[in-house]
Amino acid sequence: MVFFPGSGPAIHVLDLRKTYAVTDREAGVTAALGSLVKRRTKEVTAVNQISFEVAPGEVVGFLGPNGAGKTTTLKMLSGLLYPTSGTVEVWGHVPWKRNKAYLRQISLVMGQRNQLVWDIPASDSFELNRAIYRIPQPEFRSMLASLTELLELEPLLRKPVRNLSLGERMKCEIAAALLHRPRVLFLDEPTIGLDVTAQRRIRTFIAEYNQRYEATVLLTSHYMADVEALCKRVIVIHHGKLLFDGDLASLVERFSPYKTIVVQLEELQAVEVDLTRYGYIVSNIDGRVTLRVPKLETASVTGRLLADLAVTDLTVEEPPIEEVIEQVFSEGVTVQ
Amino acid sequence: MSGWIGIYRAQFKTSFAQQLQYRVSLVLWLLGLVLEPTVVLVVWTTVARSHGGAVGGYDAAGFAAYFIIQMVVNHITFNWVAWDFQERIRLGNFSPLLLRPIHPIHIDIADNITYKILTSVVMFPATIGLIIAFQPAMHPPLWAILAFGPALLIAWALRFACEWALAMVAFWTTQVAAINNLYYLVMLFMSGTVVPLSLLPFPVQVVAGILPFRWMMAFPIELLLGRLSVTDALLSFGVQLLWLGLSLGILAVTWRIGIKRYSAVGA
Repeated sequence: MVFFPGSGPAIHVLDLRKTYAVTDREAGVTAALGSLVKRRTKEVTAVNQISFEVAPGEVVGFLGPNGAGKTTTLKMLSGLLYPTSGTVEVWGHVPWKRNKAYLRQISLVMGQRNQLVWDIPASDSFELNRAIYRIPQPEFRSMLASLTELLELEPLLRKPVRNLSLGERMKCEIAAALLHRPRVLFLDEPTIGLDVTAQRRIRTFIAEYNQRYEATVLLTSHYMADVEALCKRVIVIHHGKLLFDGDLASLVERFSPYKTIVVQLEELQAVEVDLTRYGYIVSNIDGRVTLRVPKLETASVTGRLLADLAVTDLTVEEPPIEEVIEQVFSEGVTVQ
Repeated sequence: MSGWIGIYRAQFKTSFAQQLQYRVSLVLWLLGLVLEPTVVLVVWTTVARSHGGAVGGYDAAGFAAYFIIQMVVNHITFNWVAWDFQERIRLGNFSPLLLRPIHPIHIDIADNITYKILTSVVMFPATIGLIIAFQPAMHPPLWAILAFGPALLIAWALRFACEWALAMVAFWTTQVAAINNLYYLVMLFMSGTVVPLSLLPFPVQVVAGILPFRWMMAFPIELLLGRLSVTDALLSFGVQLLWLGLSLGILAVTWRIGIKRYSAVGA
């Protein structure tokens, strides 16, 4: 974690915890009738004592499977939810006190939720935000102009929001969230449901916004491409607990017990030789064999491959991040 | 101050644009608002005629005056926050409103005022039409006419504060439709909406005097009918303001506690 000289962290989270009471009943009519008489509630811990800090201007990816506690954490950081215990400070503010001064500095964009008024054009919602956030006219105009350019909003501004496609609406949502130039940006699945082109555009835009305004960004996404493109650092949470906090490369390093060796063999050899003694065969196409090998054996297997076979090309690769993440979640290892 | 004017101006524009999107539904709502008192009016004038011209001090023209004023007072004071609130909490639509550096109540206030301005275009001629059709009799002194404005304004604020506070029950129960229905049923009778309070049995009148509803409806109506003495009017203003203060207090406390319970469901 790199702190800028003379400044503390932008976000400081200590032992944050959130439990919900949820009603618990079996499916079916009998259970439904039963719950009328006696309602059982169950306490669910959504976030379980997580602590981390984020430096000003940093972009951090928040990873975890559905229900891991990512959104709950973002909601607490943006002041929507009161935590059960723990402390949070964002630029010196306690979020859930919801000071106006705090709310003017942040934005939470939720991919599955809209803040734009459904029945009117986005430009009218922008105008409303200008008044609410008290953005001076010249600043508003210049910010809107640059957002319009970067996100290609021009043809969308005058259409009622309900007539926009999902991707178009998301671009407008992001623009609305950034008009007041927030110093801290919480993005919850900002690219969900979008096609690849729209995803890429939004990704590029977030990177650009972060650089231009030195905004601190906390982002959750199920698309590893988002995380790879934007975040050097990732925080992995699972069942509400923090599993990993560090850079993406060391996440792979630490959690992947395998490496992938890709060898190019002569076609005949690739078919005749029993390759399973070198490792697990992921694929074997036209003599191009992909093997999964335990990390510690990588060197010896590579040596044996080169000695035993007529190898024309060989590369050793880290497995795809998705695979590693999946492994982390399924094993649930705790790492400090 | 200029900031607030800007916010309200922008919210007015948004509300106008939004409400004009569904013009047919707007007209239908208005139709209901005019029809309801008209039906009650027809019923009561018929009852008055069949009872030798008057019931409980109201003759046909008196009833006409009562229910025409009731229509205006109801139109000015009514709001739909309790229904909106349920959707907001249940579907998590409240979250974006909470993230803005402005209390969500301001949106509802601006929305309410906009609707009233927009619909007055229809309400005004409708009122004139009813006056011509039913020939109401009312003889308010000048001071009562002047006092009607402030009484109506406080009635609006009181009803708004009460119903906003009630709506917040949704923070605890998520579903508030049943509570709303019960509230409206009690309000209908205890406020003087379907029947002038003086026609109710005495014990009910006593209860109505304790509850806040009559200060939202019956008080401004009786004031404009010229049925109150100066002393009665002053006393009524006192109680009305007391209720307003109380409901604003409850609103503030409920908000502070309720917001901690908000779990941003599904959002």
